[in-house]
Amino acid sequence: MHDRGGWPTDAPIDRSEHELADWEVLTDALVGALSRSGLMNVDQLRRGIESMPPDEYERASYYERWLFSIETRLTEEGVLAPGELDARLAP
Amino acid sequence: MSYRPGQRVRVDAREHEGHHRTPAYLKGKTGTVERTHAAFRNPETRAYGGDGLPEQPLYLVGFAQRDVWPDYRGHADDRLYVDVFEHWLREAQ
Amino acid sequence: MSDHDHDHEHDHAPIADGDEPPAAARVRALEALLVEKGVITHEDVREGIDWLVSRTPADGARVVARAWVDPAYKERLLADGRAAARELGIDPGPAPVLVAVENTERVHHMVVCTLCSCYPRGLLGPPPDWYKSLPYRSRAVSDPRGVLAEFGTTLDDDVELRVLDSTADIRYLVVPRRPEGTHDLTEDDLAALVTRDAMIGVVQPAAPATAGA
Repeated sequence: MHDRGGWPTDAPIDRSEHELADWEVLTDALVGALSRSGLMNVDQLRRGIESMPPDEYERASYYERWLFSIETRLTEEGVLAPGELDARLAP
Repeated sequence: MSYRPGQRVRVDAREHEGHHRTPAYLKGKTGTVERTHAAFRNPETRAYGGDGLPEQPLYLVGFAQRDVWPDYRGHADDRLYVDVFEHWLREAQ
Repeated sequence: MSDHDHDHEHDHAPIADGDEPPAAARVRALEALLVEKGVITHEDVREGIDWLVSRTPADGARVVARAWVDPAYKERLLADGRAAARELGIDPGPAPVLVAVENTERVHHMVVCTLCSCYPRGLLGPPPDWYKSLPYRSRAVSDPRGVLAEFGTTLDDDVELRVLDSTADIRYLVVPRRPEGTHDLTEDDLAALVTRDAMIGVVQPAAPATAGA
């Protein structure tokens, strides 16, 4: 799903751009900080992204994929308990 | 086995479960070593918490586009260059 | 700006912004949680944010302009991109190797990362959305001349097109060709001609518009 070279597509290239939102910059910087803490290297980031279910991968935005990968990594490392972040967000 | 610029090499056509950086479209294709990069830790094991050692030599390998895509519509001498790890390459004729 | 940047001891639900996806609140909560757990510090994240937002293609343009005016610098750039960037006071970032590839009258280069989005951010800033998009990642390798056409770029008949797929830790920077009629421009003026897209290789720098009006 991530290995896209040569996939047939008629889709034109959408050249519209957007400035990175604060949360996207934060997500990017979070990976950097986790990398410096020894918790997540770029190969783990990529592997986590590649582990997304295909329909989620296609639907997710770029940094949504990163966030998925960060949560996967931290949960497998035991830094995050399953459901811990959801509980934090619950109203 | 290490390769030199100008040498013909073939990319292994094998499946690999899990993270790897050899694109599917390149597997089984034959090209020419363009340059030798340094050696790098292996992402296939680093992706799962391993240290990625021993480092693997990395090569920039060039391919004729028409050798990669049966329906390639560009020019006959267009080329495609990809960074490939040594353990994915074999000598070719 | 939609985040609130201040120091609190207490935690609270992140302020929701109607335009943001759920991921926005999620990542803010995650950062706060990780800081509380002592896994990371906010200062470390802040440093990362500052580095990211300070990256600009103007830095890559300076490297290209210097290569255009100084042949010895160009040779150093082609031999070791990171060292050449540092010579101009540019921090090339964490990617281990930067390789500059030179467009000539016979060869035109274009860069993609079909597997994800590898990109020389230290010199170009964040990649544009289209570079990370599925259509670009699919077609840049198999139909590069079609992709160039979408960017309004046509190469001369005898030009060989070389596409580089960045699959490993090498980051590629295209040194585009210096446009005709620029021999009396200053280095700064030359840098102004070098766009991010020219350093990815999907367009070629245009000669400056002739002064008029």
